[in-house]
Amino acid sequence: MHRERKARRTLLAMSLMLAALFLVSFSLGRYGVPPFTVVKILCTRFAELFAGKGALARTWTREMETVVINIRLPRILMACLVGCSLSAAGAAFQGVFHNPMASPDILGASSGAAFGAALAILLGASTRMITLSAFCFGLLTVGLVMLVARRAPGARLINLILAGIMLSSLFNAGTSYIKLVADPSNQLPQITYWLMGSLSGTRLSDIPLAFLPMAIGLAPLFLLRWQLNLLSLGESEARALGVNTGRVRLALLLSSTLVTAASVSFSGMIGWVGLVVPHLCRKVLGSDHRYLMPGSFLCGAAFLLLVDDVSRNLLTVEIPIGILTALVGAPFFLYLIMRKEEKL
Amino acid sequence: MSLTVENLSFSYGKHPVLHELTFTAEAGELLAILGPNGVGKTTLFKCVMGQERKYSGRIAADGADLAALTPRERAHRVAAIPQAHPLSFRYSAFDMVLMGTSHTLSPFNLPGEKERAAARDAMARVNIGHLAERPFDHLSGGEQQLVFIARALAQQAKILLMDEPTASLDYGNRLHVLGVVRDLSRAGYTVLLSTHDPQHALWYADRALALKAGRMLALGTPRKIVTADLLQQLYGRRIDLVETEQGPVLVPKEAD
Repeated sequence: MHRERKARRTLLAMSLMLAALFLVSFSLGRYGVPPFTVVKILCTRFAELFAGKGALARTWTREMETVVINIRLPRILMACLVGCSLSAAGAAFQGVFHNPMASPDILGASSGAAFGAALAILLGASTRMITLSAFCFGLLTVGLVMLVARRAPGARLINLILAGIMLSSLFNAGTSYIKLVADPSNQLPQITYWLMGSLSGTRLSDIPLAFLPMAIGLAPLFLLRWQLNLLSLGESEARALGVNTGRVRLALLLSSTLVTAASVSFSGMIGWVGLVVPHLCRKVLGSDHRYLMPGSFLCGAAFLLLVDDVSRNLLTVEIPIGILTALVGAPFFLYLIMRKEEKL
Repeated sequence: MSLTVENLSFSYGKHPVLHELTFTAEAGELLAILGPNGVGKTTLFKCVMGQERKYSGRIAADGADLAALTPRERAHRVAAIPQAHPLSFRYSAFDMVLMGTSHTLSPFNLPGEKERAAARDAMARVNIGHLAERPFDHLSGGEQQLVFIARALAQQAKILLMDEPTASLDYGNRLHVLGVVRDLSRAGYTVLLSTHDPQHALWYADRALALKAGRMLALGTPRKIVTADLLQQLYGRRIDLVETEQGPVLVPKEAD
């Protein structure tokens, strides 16, 4: 019908916007590469995957190719992946808790991951181990939260939120203690920098490692988007409509946790994306998760890519992206809630 | 489809709420449940809906024990029509009705043209086709109630549960919604409806069930069981029944 056709058109426009931003992002930076050359480099590299190396002639410098493929490509891809994951998780949490103020860190995934990362840095672990530790602690925290909520009497959703707050603050205390005992000459700055969130250290080899858990988590979020509509009506109504609420909710929470933990462990703490982007999409697409979920995928990727472009180009020294998302996100969010009209 | 309740007892911890209830609502029947607040009407509905599972006794739809069914199988048979209530997110009236068809789909599927047609039919059946594209939260309480009824129809369950469906509606909407519900029962639906107003039972119900402190006080046609005596027992007030050509009318007596 009319509304659905319009929503589909909006999603198409969002895809085009993301694609354009994706290409433009390669040209941004102190080492300029013309956009057309970027396309040629990417196409050549892609073709070489099948045709073998050296099959096509190069009309650009070696530096250009290094910048595009080794420096900018991993970072751009990671920004898209992390943005997509965080905003999808945010949309899912908001639906599951039928509360538009829920965000992906509500169950403690980010606090746990932060603790894991700080602990690994304190123990002098390698970058890869820091990521792994953050990922595992993120999952562990949410696992604990779910166990506590299952054991406690009373409404499950409230228990989940309370247990999330409690365990988050426990892990935050742990992180603070680690910062206290960390070596202030090298470990402490590293922890602080990690906590602020940044995509600057992304390597091409990180991409598949991040992509795997994210894809595993994003697929159910996408597929269960109609069930999310039902869950957002509240537990008893969803059940009456035939939803196995316990199982569907668990699947959604686990998937969201997986993508959140994966994002945070590769990029550090990047706040606001999961809150702001689904809100923005709701204003444009409406609340129906059939369109809101894919919209959050696309806009999340575009939003974080844009913010990351700003973070690496605005000043000569890079601004950690976590600071920027808050700087952009908070006022933008204020604007959104001040605007009265809401789309269907 | 008939709904049979046998020896249903339920307690919250040590506090007994329902005690040995036994009754059957037949297909095409509107059964009104009467009783003061806190008497267990809502608990009875929760047991039938499967939200409260720790009851003793048996609740069956056409002989099939509801306790043994998955939520999806249950939704095939029983639909609940909640009171009009605010939502966290905005959906169109049509999408609300469309959600009634979900149990016919696998959890990973979206509703398609068949489900859309069912939703359109359901809305047409209660004459609210013109509300389809309106945001649900912009509708009046009466219209929201009709959307919920349409959703139950789209669900294609033959047993409809309505816990105080008209509590928040104005008088006109209340009568309209009850009229729609009675027509549905005439068309073969089994309707279980709790109400605070015994007059509604007299006007619309085929039979009435009076509950007090979790026990069944009376069961039968409203004309037979709604008496001054029963009303005194249920509500602790003297209420007279004045016979008119259109049936009895309740008139409260001031306590003297």
